[in-house]
Amino acid sequence: MASNWTPDQPIVECVDVRKSFGSFEVLKGISLSVRKGEVICIIGPSGSGKSTLIRCINALQPISAGSIKVEGIDVSDPQLDKLALRRKVGMVFQQYNLFPHKTALQNVMMAPIHVLGQDRREVETRARALLAKVRLAGKEDSYPGELSGGQQQRVAIARSLAMRPGVMLFDEVTAALDPETVKEVLVTIRELAEDGMTCILVTHEMNFAREVADHVYFTDRGVIVEHGPPDTFFAAPKDERTQRFLSQIL
Amino acid sequence: MSTTRHTPNGFAILLPYRVTPIRMIFQISPLSTAVLCFGSVMVVSSAWSLSGPTVLSPLEVIVKWAPLLLTGFAFNIAISLLAMLLGTIAGLWLGLALLSEIKMVAAVSWFVTQVFRNAPWLVLLFFVMFLVPFQVTIFKTTIPLPDWQKATVGFALPVMANVAEVVRGAVRSIPSTQWEAAESLSFTRRQTMWLIILPQCIKRMLPPWMNIYSLVTMSTVLASIVGVSEMLTLTAQVHAAEGGRPELFAPLYGFALLCFFLYCYPINLWTAHLERRFHVR
Repeated sequence: MASNWTPDQPIVECVDVRKSFGSFEVLKGISLSVRKGEVICIIGPSGSGKSTLIRCINALQPISAGSIKVEGIDVSDPQLDKLALRRKVGMVFQQYNLFPHKTALQNVMMAPIHVLGQDRREVETRARALLAKVRLAGKEDSYPGELSGGQQQRVAIARSLAMRPGVMLFDEVTAALDPETVKEVLVTIRELAEDGMTCILVTHEMNFAREVADHVYFTDRGVIVEHGPPDTFFAAPKDERTQRFLSQIL
Repeated sequence: MSTTRHTPNGFAILLPYRVTPIRMIFQISPLSTAVLCFGSVMVVSSAWSLSGPTVLSPLEVIVKWAPLLLTGFAFNIAISLLAMLLGTIAGLWLGLALLSEIKMVAAVSWFVTQVFRNAPWLVLLFFVMFLVPFQVTIFKTTIPLPDWQKATVGFALPVMANVAEVVRGAVRSIPSTQWEAAESLSFTRRQTMWLIILPQCIKRMLPPWMNIYSLVTMSTVLASIVGVSEMLTLTAQVHAAEGGRPELFAPLYGFALLCFFLYCYPINLWTAHLERRFHVR
């Protein structure tokens, strides 16, 4: 697929995205754009369509109307090469979804070897480096069942990074974790952001959003109610719904 | 042949087979079972030995013919293993076809599975025995197809259908989040199936698969009806060779029963053990 995307254009661009499940419209016209190296946080009450939005970005779910472009590739194009798209977009899930029959190292190595056809030895070196980067050196041969939630989630992050994606999507990655392991995952994501990785996070971690995000979006009932840089967004929310949400959660 | 005599209303084995978890209520160790059965044979034969010196006692008859009968039993095992091998390979592909995204493929394989799962094993055996010629000629080479090979195929068919159903069930039981994770890492559907889903299924498939195996083993005696020289056929021939004495009936067939029991019971125990260990719900 020919795309004439250049790094100065938005790496992810959503225009009036709509998504319905049956007669229920989850996303009612979402527009946002993310530049390379930006970290954006999407916050909002449960059921507001946050997770659906990021699942649409890597075509895990088709959109009903509007358009999403990732590095210039139109996600809603019926001729879309989904596999090519997903190589550019890494995704980390709430429930980690590691492959339970493979060790941490194998989990990280599988996709580069089988999907990208890269050399096993080169992949292994990189996978070990990635696990060290997420502070899991020494856990290479552990199976997911032997790791804590926070450790599993960091393996999942390393697994996505091994594909060298242009954008990382995080779908409430700390929501299923014990409070004491949340921090280690957030630190990992923050380091990633500092390295210049483009990140889109759906999160309930307001402090994290405030400190790390370049831009915060607040969604409610399928629309973006308010967005802005975190200092103004958290200090002086304009919309009444945002104010109510923030007062409940902070 | 004398075996047809005691098959008037049907074998329990002929009923359609469904994979259900075994719930063992009490368990006897295979060793004590062997001792028990051996003991009862001894009692019967020692009672006999009091009566007459010229004719062989049942135990002596069994000892005399044991090598032949055990060869027959080995044949049963060989047929069961081969049928299981063929049926498992075919069943794996059929199971994958059941899960195909191409509707036509899924529909056809669903039909095939249902036909072979819900047909009596003996009927399938008859079909293969009488529809497949005794030899085939391909490029002027004549390949003979002996009865036991046809019987093996006849047993492999229901195995295939049941294995297909086991594969389908196991694949369906893997959480869809595994598919999503693989999808988001750009694995193709085929790669996901072979590298991620099926390896996780093996544990879940093993107990029902072994269950099928023990059923196939017990069903191999059906081949005696179509003239394969397996254990039951030989037992009937031995019985006839010993003059068809009625008092030999129970010991001879009891010996066959014992052989199958000693082979299948440990398999079932092991299946139950694996089931508990893997925590199959």
